[in-house]
Amino acid sequence: MNGPEGATAATSALAAIAASLRAGEADEVRVGTRRALAEGATAAEVLKGGLLAGMSVVGEEFGRREVFLPDVLLAARAMRAGMDVLEPLLGPGGAPSAGRVVLGTVKGDIHDIGKNLVGILLRGAGFQVTDLGTDVPAERFVEAAEEAGASVIGLSALLTTTMAGMRDVIGLVRERGLSGRVRVIVGGAPVTEAFAREIGADGFAFDARSAVERVRALVAEAGRA
Amino acid sequence: MDPLLSRLSRGEPVLGDGAWGTMLQERGLAPGDPPETVCLSRPRLLTEIAMAYFAAGAEVITTNTFGASEVRLSRHGLSGKCAEVCRQAVAAIREGVGRRALVSGSVGPLGELLAPLGDLSLDVARTAFERQADALATAGVDLVCVETMSDLAEACLAVEAARRKAPGLPVVATMTFEETPRGFFTVMGVPVAKAARRLGEAGADVLGANCGTGSAVAAAIARAFREATALPLSARPNAGLPVSHDGRTVYPEAPRRMAARVPDLLAAGVTLLGGCCGTTPAHVAAMRDAIDAARPRPA
Ligand code: B1M
Repeated sequence: MNGPEGATAATSALAAIAASLRAGEADEVRVGTRRALAEGATAAEVLKGGLLAGMSVVGEEFGRREVFLPDVLLAARAMRAGMDVLEPLLGPGGAPSAGRVVLGTVKGDIHDIGKNLVGILLRGAGFQVTDLGTDVPAERFVEAAEEAGASVIGLSALLTTTMAGMRDVIGLVRERGLSGRVRVIVGGAPVTEAFAREIGADGFAFDARSAVERVRALVAEAGRA
Repeated sequence: MDPLLSRLSRGEPVLGDGAWGTMLQERGLAPGDPPETVCLSRPRLLTEIAMAYFAAGAEVITTNTFGASEVRLSRHGLSGKCAEVCRQAVAAIREGVGRRALVSGSVGPLGELLAPLGDLSLDVARTAFERQADALATAGVDLVCVETMSDLAEACLAVEAARRKAPGLPVVATMTFEETPRGFFTVMGVPVAKAARRLGEAGADVLGANCGTGSAVAAAIARAFREATALPLSARPNAGLPVSHDGRTVYPEAPRRMAARVPDLLAAGVTLLGGCCGTTPAHVAAMRDAIDAARPRPA
């Protein structure tokens, strides 16, 4: 698998995975992922050039409403299928953990499609993620962060009425004197950079991909604190 | 023919009310708490809102039962309360306006995705809609309004349930559309023409759109419906899309701006008008004036 020919073959295998993911074909993604690994691609290469590449196409197309929610859901499912193959190779067993993150959708809010994407990508990037699910009270986020020794809490909200709950979590982190050790990142369609600043969040991400970069930076910050 | 339907199909505009959820939030409903709890805890508040909308000129008042299906109530520890919530919601409106306004029984989405995309089975969904329609009919609504739908299969189940369990009552069915480069679609990818055809086949008497981005696109959506159906049309737009302002949710469209769109809506063939999220009695009053100016009410 060395040399330019091997590289081209691997590149086209990854492009095929991205295309299957874009089409929401979970079985094809699973098979393609195994095949690419067998042909010599590393798990990190398959993740980046195959799964993430496909997911970001779907994300952009959904943003422009060239595709609709069912397409996003099917793509997320296909992503999951690929990640099931990759995770054992990417996870803490292989490389050292990139950090511990507690993730969830805030109280009163049951939207979890975006939050799940963030979780999948974080795991893919080597983070140990505790996903608390949806409709999570402020208290629970803070408790879970303490239990897991997490350095980042990730909050998702899709409703303008539940966004306010993010402020409660940040308040509680301060109240418990955890501000030094635990950073809070917020996201979700109605959440903006300005809102994040207004409520005193440490980070904001517009989409799942940038969330991973932001969390990486926050883990580093929390480590220095 | 039902008197409401005959007015609508004669081309006579009928004005409904505005939002309930956002009105309740302004009156202390905590963010994240379901509005339906107010039916049980503070029905008086519902009476006041109904009276405010009636005073503003609304002829149809919507029940505070958008999320009163068993599927949604059970997520808030209110299992088994569908009938009671519906009964209180209707009684609270009658208490304020009696029979001077029509009472429209609101049926919203179940709040979970239907199989195969989600976990909610068609049987559970059908049963939940039938119970709610039955409860609303028993409580004495004058019409049923299936609203804010994105998934066509779910919307059709709700319409069919209303047909079966609220026989003889008019059924209004409205979905929420977004503007895309290829026209108007729900977020689940349903175009207007397909919604019009399938909802009509399911038995809806009045079709259209509610919620969404604001009154500017509501007339365009109505025109797309008019091309696809001869049934009476309804439009109940949001007062724009909510923005967060100093931690408060604010809807940007002022009553005057919304009322300025009324002639467009009437020209597009809409006869059942009203407002969704963020609209208030002031919006309804402004729309009332605009309707009366465009078309004086019969004395
Ligand atoms: C930790 O750091 C981070 C960083 C980045 C983060 C992050 C966290 N979290 C997300 N991100 C970011 O990364 C993700 C990937 O790039 C992105 O995530 P998103 O979540 O933004 O994007 C997803 C990939 C795809 N987007 C979505 O999944 C949301 C799509 C829409 C259609 C939507 C859906 C699917 C649903 N809904 Co709801 N729903 C709508 C949405 C309308 C729309 N057109 O977007 C919205 C959000 N819903 C709304 C409403 C009102 C409601 N919904 C409700 C229910 C539902 C369903 C259950 C039916 C379903 C959720 C299913 C589920 N399991 O999640 C109800 C509320 C239930 C509740 N208590 O939460 C209900 C109240 C009423 C109703 N209409 O039924 C509206 C909110 C209005 C507002 N601004 O407040 C809405 C905009 C629709 C509308 N036009 O009215 C980024 O935001």
